[in-house]
Amino acid sequence: MRIRGMGVAALVSAAILWGGAGWAQSGEETTVPAAAATSASTAISKSTADHSKFEILKQNFKSGPEVTAACLSCHTEASNQVMHSIHWKWDYEQPETGQRLGKAHTINSFCGNVASNETRCTSCHAGYGWTDVRQPAPADPARVDCLVCHDKSGQYTKQDNLAGNPPLDPVTPGAKTITGADVRPVNLSQAAQSVGAPGRENCGSCHFNGGGGDNVKHGDLSSALIHPDLATDVHMSADGANFTCESCHVSDKHVFAGSRYATNVTNPHPDIAPGAARDVASCTSCHGEKPHPDTSVSHIKLNDHTDTIACQTCHIPSFARGGVATKTSWDWSTAGRLDNGKPISMEGYTQGNGKHLHTYLSTKGDFEWGENVVPYYAWFDGQVEYTNTDHTIDPSKTVDINIIHGNSEDPKSRIFPFKRMEGRQAYDTEMNRLVMSNVYGPTTDTAFWTNFDWTKSIKAAMDYAGLEYSGKFDFVDTHMYWPITHMVAPAKDALSCQECHSQNGRLANVAGIYMPGSGPGIGGKLGMVMVALALLGALGHGGLRLMRRARGNGGAHHD
Amino acid sequence: MTDTATTPTPDGSAKGNIRCVLVYPAFNRIWHWSQAGSIFLLMFTGARLMGMHQILSFETAVTVHTLTALALLLLWLFATFWLFTTEAWKQFIPKTEGLFRVMRFYAWGVFHGEEHPYRKSYKRRHNPLQALAYLAVKIALFPAIWVSGLIYLGYGLWDDLDNASFLLQIVANIHILSAFSIAAFVVVHTYLLTIGHGFLHHIRPMIFGFEKVELTAEEEAYFMADMPERLRTPRH
Repeated sequence: MRIRGMGVAALVSAAILWGGAGWAQSGEETTVPAAAATSASTAISKSTADHSKFEILKQNFKSGPEVTAACLSCHTEASNQVMHSIHWKWDYEQPETGQRLGKAHTINSFCGNVASNETRCTSCHAGYGWTDVRQPAPADPARVDCLVCHDKSGQYTKQDNLAGNPPLDPVTPGAKTITGADVRPVNLSQAAQSVGAPGRENCGSCHFNGGGGDNVKHGDLSSALIHPDLATDVHMSADGANFTCESCHVSDKHVFAGSRYATNVTNPHPDIAPGAARDVASCTSCHGEKPHPDTSVSHIKLNDHTDTIACQTCHIPSFARGGVATKTSWDWSTAGRLDNGKPISMEGYTQGNGKHLHTYLSTKGDFEWGENVVPYYAWFDGQVEYTNTDHTIDPSKTVDINIIHGNSEDPKSRIFPFKRMEGRQAYDTEMNRLVMSNVYGPTTDTAFWTNFDWTKSIKAAMDYAGLEYSGKFDFVDTHMYWPITHMVAPAKDALSCQECHSQNGRLANVAGIYMPGSGPGIGGKLGMVMVALALLGALGHGGLRLMRRARGNGGAHHD
Repeated sequence: MTDTATTPTPDGSAKGNIRCVLVYPAFNRIWHWSQAGSIFLLMFTGARLMGMHQILSFETAVTVHTLTALALLLLWLFATFWLFTTEAWKQFIPKTEGLFRVMRFYAWGVFHGEEHPYRKSYKRRHNPLQALAYLAVKIALFPAIWVSGLIYLGYGLWDDLDNASFLLQIVANIHILSAFSIAAFVVVHTYLLTIGHGFLHHIRPMIFGFEKVELTAEEEAYFMADMPERLRTPRH
């Protein structure tokens, strides 16, 4: 124990009393009387509870639910709160479109669908043992996973194919955790005694690994945010604001601000002072509507932009920064190619931090990756509509898996950055609808990842989900839009004006705006003709004068 | 121009003495040249904002363009005040008298060795075509550019209107068209300086203020008695 403050004073006093000053000087690592050590070394805990002192947590837990039962003996309402959150339900009714969304229902352009793939997909559910998403998540309060969010021991994790359960002793050899690491047995007792407020690692264990790997899905949420430098994220860097996820995603009764289905692009509570407590995670919640100090012409002009441009558009110049790439394209149609009956894997991409990434897998098809990706920009009012299995699609065009609502006339819309994921995924060629697929199931004869047979895989998933299916399928190009809002760069790295104010600038394809600097309009073209005529006139008139003068006919230029 | 004291005025009326007079007082000259400099700066930065060149960053161009425009507006306020308090505005009242002769000169006479038909007088230092052109610039082009410019600059105050983007596009196009019209004026204005006694001859009075003009006997007497500093012995 390093002796500091009061301890040093006590030690020096003792040394003088004992007449041995040399001992004090050399005594870096030494023992001190117990009372002095306690008062000297124990900083006051922020929390009023030290969970390592709770008797109920000092037991040899055999399963996740046993831990939760212990938690609930004090935190009696916690599970009920969690069970009212989307983290638990994976079910959400979009208030504007009335669509039934949530992971239990939607299709995406990554792994496709949860139904029929549960034990793999629900490995990231905030609970234990949800093996059938056709039914609501288990009702037993002990099935809530407190530890995935509250573990501070750093060794708690969920195995990637146990429907949310952690790997316990003895672990299955070769098994992986939800972060892609090799499993090691979790010490539940140690985890239970360590609990505290969620940190980046807790949220990130699922949210940084969406789509099956680090930063695969979102593009702006990766392990680079665990210890980001300032250039990667001003808010989360220890050199910056050092925020946790919850600094912005404020929680109330275990429900968190922020949504991928119905979010706030603008601040719905302008009456609440910037930075004051609220339940909304938007930039303006803290920074206000006039975030640039009115100290220069350009700042005043930038403040004029805030009713058109989302903060993110300029302040997140590119996503997938900090050395971790994001998947930009996923072509399922090429999956299933085998080499002498054996699955193929190719690692054709090396990301900034040196890690090699798959560019082809027999199980999943072809991938493309990108780092420092320039976003796609579109008007966004926060409302997202999904093309689910009940939507008719036009397979001759690229299908939008989700449709971003918003337009230039709507005062609540802003031009917002997105990751535009390019996909190619299965659809029913008779009914023109997207289909589900059964990919996971090591022991089934229908799972694509086991048998590489689309016909069986799609049929199995559609039957499982109770959806109509003609039996005929093909693959269609898709786009999926992921709002980019994390990885805010330092102000000096924000976009310069000419990134947009130029010909073919970043917003060239955004409708309903007049963009100064994008080239001469009608006024400019007419004006140029006028100036050209004036020049021609002057040249002609002057030329004629010179000719006349050369011939000796004057020219009214003499002195 | 032949420097005799008996050159007839365009309308052939009273003859006076040609004297070297301070035609352009200091403020007048400061006004002209700072206006010329500002217009050049505004053209340069405005062209950048339109995307015609990339010599400056867009941000710098916005800043310089805005501040220069505001400074020029302030100058115009002073100039307008000066014009009306010193009665200098009367210089710009259009007169048709002699207009045709000046037009005929530029279209015909200048190619045939004729003299410019107009003789400057103290009270009337612009020829009729010139006065008409300056007046047009003052009452049409300048107001068009600064009204459209101010509306453009104040976009933040009206951007909640329906179709604000479309309206902005119209305002911007008017602003740009006015700017090019002024550029065309500058081209012709500069070109016309080469007619007559040459470029430098025309520029010099705008720098030093003195120019040889015809003074009536009354004017000459007035200057000699009350403002001798405004008269200079003609240099030959």
